[in-house]
Amino acid sequence: MTTPATTTGRMFGSGIRRREDPRLITGTARYTDDITLPGMVHAAMLRSPHAHATIRAIDTSAAAKAPGVLAVYTNADIEGHLKAMPCLWLVPGADLKIGTYWPLAKDEVRYVGDPVAVVVAETTYQAHDAVAMIDVTYDPLPSTTDPQKATASGAPLVHSEIAGNQAFHWTVKGGDVDAAFKNAEVVVKDRIIQQRLIPTAIETRAALAQYIPATGELTLWNTTQNPHIVRFASSVVTGIPEDKLRVIAPEVGGGFGSKIAQYPADVVTIFCSKMLGRPVKWTETRRENYQATTHGRDHVQEVELAATRDGRITGIRCKVWAGMGAYLSTAAPGIPTILHGLMLSGPYKVPAVHEDVYGIYTNTTPVEAYRGAGRPEATFMLERLIDKLAHELNLDPVEVRRRNLLAPFEDGCEVITGLKYDSGNYQAALDKALDHVKYDSLRAEQARLRQQKKYLGIGVATYVEICGLGPSQVAGAVGFQGGLWESAIVRFHPSGKVNVFIGASPHGQGEETTFAQVVSDELGVSPDDVKVVHGDTDQTPMGWGTYGSRTTAVGGAALAVATRKIKDKAKLLAAHLLEAAPEDIDYGDGKFFVKGSPDRFKTIQDIALMANVAWNMPAGMEAGLEATSFYDPPNFSYPFGAHCAIVEVDAETGRVTLKRYVAVDDCGPQINPVIVEGQVHGGVVQGIGQALWEECVYDDNGQLVTGSLVDYAVPRADALPDIEVLSTVTRSPHHPLGVKGIGEAGTIASTAAVYNAVVDALQPFGVKSIRMPMTPERVWRAIHSDAKEG
Amino acid sequence: MQQISVSIQVNGRALQRTIEPRLLLVHFLRDVAGLTGTKIGCDTSQCGSCTVLLDGRSVKSCTCLAAQADGSSVTTIEGLAAGGQLHALQESFWAKHGLQCGFCTPGMIFAAHELLRTNPSPTPEQIRHGLEGNLCRCTGYNNIVRAVQHAASLGVRP
Repeated sequence: MTTPATTTGRMFGSGIRRREDPRLITGTARYTDDITLPGMVHAAMLRSPHAHATIRAIDTSAAAKAPGVLAVYTNADIEGHLKAMPCLWLVPGADLKIGTYWPLAKDEVRYVGDPVAVVVAETTYQAHDAVAMIDVTYDPLPSTTDPQKATASGAPLVHSEIAGNQAFHWTVKGGDVDAAFKNAEVVVKDRIIQQRLIPTAIETRAALAQYIPATGELTLWNTTQNPHIVRFASSVVTGIPEDKLRVIAPEVGGGFGSKIAQYPADVVTIFCSKMLGRPVKWTETRRENYQATTHGRDHVQEVELAATRDGRITGIRCKVWAGMGAYLSTAAPGIPTILHGLMLSGPYKVPAVHEDVYGIYTNTTPVEAYRGAGRPEATFMLERLIDKLAHELNLDPVEVRRRNLLAPFEDGCEVITGLKYDSGNYQAALDKALDHVKYDSLRAEQARLRQQKKYLGIGVATYVEICGLGPSQVAGAVGFQGGLWESAIVRFHPSGKVNVFIGASPHGQGEETTFAQVVSDELGVSPDDVKVVHGDTDQTPMGWGTYGSRTTAVGGAALAVATRKIKDKAKLLAAHLLEAAPEDIDYGDGKFFVKGSPDRFKTIQDIALMANVAWNMPAGMEAGLEATSFYDPPNFSYPFGAHCAIVEVDAETGRVTLKRYVAVDDCGPQINPVIVEGQVHGGVVQGIGQALWEECVYDDNGQLVTGSLVDYAVPRADALPDIEVLSTVTRSPHHPLGVKGIGEAGTIASTAAVYNAVVDALQPFGVKSIRMPMTPERVWRAIHSDAKEG
Repeated sequence: MQQISVSIQVNGRALQRTIEPRLLLVHFLRDVAGLTGTKIGCDTSQCGSCTVLLDGRSVKSCTCLAAQADGSSVTTIEGLAAGGQLHALQESFWAKHGLQCGFCTPGMIFAAHELLRTNPSPTPEQIRHGLEGNLCRCTGYNNIVRAVQHAASLGVRP
């Protein structure tokens, strides 16, 4: 590749309207549940009502005779047809123990929602009617739901063969942490409950499987973030060869990590279609979604930080018990380890760290990635302890951050956990946030209001995250059972219009627009002439999916490289057609012209036509104007920023009102700033939700108490302020476009910023910790408790 | 199961169908009328994704039996763009990036429609209160509020 990067074109950086929207605002988009096929029938799942029980008997006879029912299947029927669900992130050196995860429970159920049987009927109503007629005799067993208590001796075992419910024990160490604590001038500690969250994509999950008996081919329409991984894993479980398995992610209504996993219900739906020779659709209800689609977070963290009296961090030590749920979901072991522990030092100079992470089985829904996935949990620990340190030393929390932030760097900075951050200017982001909120005057206002018994709180969080996952060699080294490169095909048609085929699978993030913008700038075509195709394994090249803020950070790089390959070929063809030497051809604004004779030119559309008809090609040049790139990034990318939350707490009622929220994020150059801003809005609000409202609760018997949208508090419009979004721009040195990724940034910083603000507001009451979510009751109790937590 | 006959005008077209009495309006629209633009996001009437207009007023179509809509007129997202011209709300959601995955959008547009019907010039705070019965997980509502403000400034057809 000889063509230099061009990121200064017209479309890069333009907040153009999204190409996705016309179909979405007119009801013409097709999500999985919107698709109907000839002869299609409907599946419904029977799920365990017990957290833990043995199955003594299943009587399906009444259900099988119910109107419209074609079949009822249990584990006995799938034996020999479906293998156990695979875990695909086998973190090494962690003594990983995998409990067998059957698509339909065998002999024992291990969480409320564990699938036990499936009914297939002519209509959805009939299928659900018949599910209610299946008679299962259970013998309830003792259960456990808390990841720390589940490790106690005598705790019920989720899998009888796995001692102490321990799925893994993983450690990260750097520097001499024991010496750091031995010599510490000050130590601050906290015990943090990173409560379990329910991702709550507004579209629940669905699968539509169409098996063609004559050919042995199967098509699966699926609400997934990563159709190629679903193809791979479904092939393993069902035995349908990968070449005969087509997975289509049509329109997907949000994921936030909950549509990464390979799910039991999806392979069971495939099985049903294969057995019946008819298309079978399964769509989960919201209740099922809450019971059986993966959850997030669920850490108990005991963390301590050593520092000098002048506020410099000398060491961090912690133990984390990470709830894994009843089974290890597809990518689950990598999240509290690789994506969490390696980010332990955040944007700060930390000379020594030591973290032990225990992955623990509990009788709960499997835990997977949820927006931020490991990084919010790491950021929160750090940002809490820094505020505690500031309080202990009677320093401003911002000043403590300033004393510890890494100095700006443009091309690599190695940190104590072994990662090499790509580029960063953390101080600049912090300064921008503080200038914007006028931090000093806010502090003055806070003091003034306290005189009137009004409690304003100012919370700051600075963060760096790891995304753009990631070099495949690293993926292999950390046990990820796949690659982490991305691919793109750029294809010019004879008319000069362009199709882009990508392996990644956006589902609301807008890459149909931003990728068209990139192609537009790189190749001089209008974005209106570029259609981006994704989400169909028979149409698109292999890719590893959309999660970990990697679609633009990795897939965008693949796209940029493919466009540059096209440009290189087009230049040679232009030289041939213009009868000039290639080195005498210049490119600008979609035209290849002879140096010094700008009127002798060929447009990219001219070249596309001539390459496609191939009437006059240079010797040895193949026909067509198309390029494929498989881009394996040399490093992860490390977006960063500083967020500031301003709250007011009503001391009488404990109610927290979020007055302002300011986000400064640096994801490198922004392809479409309007879309970037939208990603930050959504991410920030999910993080605010964790701080103030959201919590997935199981009772002592393992019943899911927050099992519906009535009980689980998803943020609503009226509880939120306008989110103020700003940015700084620091290029990634290794990305062809310099970009880093923005999908998760908002969530990673915002929980800590809001939490710090609430605790800051309550300084006059001596409050040091409040358990999340910080509901009015908890805040009120914290204010009125004599024994302040932690 | 006993069947009943209903006649429901959907997007200006009269549909006479024989249905189960328990059929929800949202399932009538999606499965009988084949209009899948109306979405189902929950089973407790919390999310608002299924919001449509019933005789000109917004209703969560999962809280309403098809039988209750007998003799009524329903507008779904497919019927909002009259004569191929986007409604001011559709235009505004597009212009202000008021949607990401788009799943809540049809319902959100009709909730906003109801708000503007009763309050043509709402403040941002009134918009937030007006939309509290509809959940969006992607946008944090920020640009939805901007979109509704924008639609109000354009003037919404009755």
